[in-house]
Amino acid sequence: MNELLLDLDQNLTAHIRLSLGALAIGIGISIPAAVFVAPHARLRYGVLSVVSVIQTIPALALLALMVPIFVALTGDGLGFWPALTALVLYSMLPIVRNTLTGLAGVDADVIEAARAMGMTPVQSMLRVRLPLAAPVILAGVRTAAVWTVGIATLATPVGQRCLGNFIFTGLQTQNWTSVLVGCAAAAALAIVLDTLLGGVELGLRRRRPPLLWACAAAIAVMFGVGLGGPYAKPAGPVSGPTLVVGAKTFTEQYILADVIGGVCEDAGYRVEGMESLGSAVVFEGLASGEIDVYVDYSGTIWANHMKRTDTADAQTVLDEVSRWVRETHGVVCLGSLGFENAYGMAMRRDRAEAVGATSIDDLRGEPVSIGGDYEFFERPEWDAIRSAYSLTPSETISYDSTFMYEAVATGQVDVISAFTSDGRIAAFDLVVLDDPRGVIPPYDAVLLVSADASQDEDLIEALRPLVGSIDVEMMREANLMVDRDEDKRSVAEAAAWLRERIATDGESGR
Amino acid sequence: MADPADQDHAGAAIELRGVTMRYVQDAPPAVDQFDLRVPPGELLVLLGESGCGKTTTLKMINRLIEPTSGTILVGGRDIAEADPVGLRRSIGYVFQGVGLFPHLTVGENVGVVPHLMRWERGRTRARTDELLELVGLDPATFRDRDPDELSGGQRQRVGIARALAATPKTMLMDEPLGALDPITRATLQDELRRIHDQCGLTSVMVTHDMTEALMMGDRIGVMKAGRIVGLGTPAELLADPGDPYVERLLATPRREVRRLEALEQGGGAR
Repeated sequence: MNELLLDLDQNLTAHIRLSLGALAIGIGISIPAAVFVAPHARLRYGVLSVVSVIQTIPALALLALMVPIFVALTGDGLGFWPALTALVLYSMLPIVRNTLTGLAGVDADVIEAARAMGMTPVQSMLRVRLPLAAPVILAGVRTAAVWTVGIATLATPVGQRCLGNFIFTGLQTQNWTSVLVGCAAAAALAIVLDTLLGGVELGLRRRRPPLLWACAAAIAVMFGVGLGGPYAKPAGPVSGPTLVVGAKTFTEQYILADVIGGVCEDAGYRVEGMESLGSAVVFEGLASGEIDVYVDYSGTIWANHMKRTDTADAQTVLDEVSRWVRETHGVVCLGSLGFENAYGMAMRRDRAEAVGATSIDDLRGEPVSIGGDYEFFERPEWDAIRSAYSLTPSETISYDSTFMYEAVATGQVDVISAFTSDGRIAAFDLVVLDDPRGVIPPYDAVLLVSADASQDEDLIEALRPLVGSIDVEMMREANLMVDRDEDKRSVAEAAAWLRERIATDGESGR
Repeated sequence: MADPADQDHAGAAIELRGVTMRYVQDAPPAVDQFDLRVPPGELLVLLGESGCGKTTTLKMINRLIEPTSGTILVGGRDIAEADPVGLRRSIGYVFQGVGLFPHLTVGENVGVVPHLMRWERGRTRARTDELLELVGLDPATFRDRDPDELSGGQRQRVGIARALAATPKTMLMDEPLGALDPITRATLQDELRRIHDQCGLTSVMVTHDMTEALMMGDRIGVMKAGRIVGLGTPAELLADPGDPYVERLLATPRREVRRLEALEQGGGAR
């Protein structure tokens, strides 16, 4: 909890900066755009269609889409600007729509009077039409504000710190306090902002300037606090080169990022974490140099980035992946950390014994139910496994990977597509079935360094000892420390434990 | 009336020469080769049924509508060459819809045109109070009210005050009393006539009510299908309607008067 509160000011101010910034720009674009197109039926229809279509794109997808677009435009695809742009686009529909509705709702007699009194079209718009439409426009702004604050929590996977950091990390490490803190803070922010905008709206409707300005000033102060920081400060020495360590959205990634961060700090680097990134986003960030180092898995690069649908032995995959990342992105693969985090078909021990299964082959023709993570049943691995072993599952169910283990432990499903380095395999006493036909591709955890960072020999020197230093038992144990419900440890504690184990193993090995 | 300038200035003459307005090509024009001269200080009523072109004629005078052809002079100057915004600020305009700005107080509504013309605050305020008094609204009571707190008659009084704010010499009125109840209407007819005289305006008023035209107009122009079919003082029209359409329009007030007289003489028989 204390660790959470430490991050709260950073995450909250970053969230305010992002969401209020997006809202301000959204208002600045949407109202003039609506005013401009209002008299032209065809343009009006066109603009409304465009902002409506944007709105139909799922928020997470829109944010993720900004990454390749920003990489193409600016070379950098992560962090504040892509997240801000997505949120601006998202905020536009309610503001544009309400501005058009508000303007259309102004009494025609009043508009005629303005013209007959000798107002220019601009005066009529600024003095009569916009003020009369203001309450409706503000209602749209309020909708946009609540949406923007809520959706800003999804900026975490594109590398922008926000209250979503609590939610994403908490969900993946089953730290429900963290999830609650993130949700509660976002909700509170949305409520406060909506209430203040409601005050502005009321001040306008009732023509009470003091209320209007008091609420507007409070919003400005809020934004000011957001802009004022505190900004994330890199950990480690006060000076020295800064390294960005990336991590995807699961426990093992958080722990490994912490381990790498610690190693680099010891070597005199300032370290900045960029965590809970989408799998495609993190590689994109490494390729563009925004992230200096992170851990990926050979099979992921092989299948997702190299688009290979065949499989090969671990060494071949590792070699080809290393060559491919260097040739296409200048990225250096330092080697395997020493363990694999592959898909493994896992069953509860008693259930496996009941059907007499020790390998996937033994499931041939068995009417078992199979659970997988969200993407498993869409992946080539599943097609390969199913056809190689002629599986005829009674049903297949997708779970959040966090809940998949509980599902098999409680007997909701017979088999799950477990991750082989997950500590819950041991904790729930699951049996990982053999893959005698070798259809599941190898997923060696590999240490990737960006093209720029790989020029730094000191860094490579500092990181190299990590290669081959973590076996799967160690990784499982560290993962379990965070994932278990009893005697739960923080990511930092698990990382510290893992580093100690690496050190002692290294000495005894020597 | 505190501002003596208002008494002094003579209304500007309005002249329409061969004015035609065609909304749709090949269709009959809304206003057809229209000629009319309104001398300074006159209150001319344009009378006709809806669709006769009377409102179109009125709105061409302050360029809310641009004529297809013809020339319109206000105060001897061709308005086609005037800046339409400046022209409109110099011509008072009152219409049935009133169109008070609901987000402004009564006082702010009256002060709209002075504000647009960048009068200093004190002058605008004095003018506003003076005009509210002119239209029979106590400034202290009404100045800071919202339009939606007023009755229909009060609203139109504010509308009239607003039209007069920048001391126009010319006033255009499009069925200004059309939406009011008969008693309010009768009162305001008298007051509008008084204000027209007091301010020395040249006014053109549009109505479809012959009785109102007879009560208020110095002259009445009867319009039909975009043309004048009868023009004269109320007395002249009554004496010699000239056109059967004018005769028909006069039939209603005549019948009303006869009936009233009969009732007053204790008769009651038809």
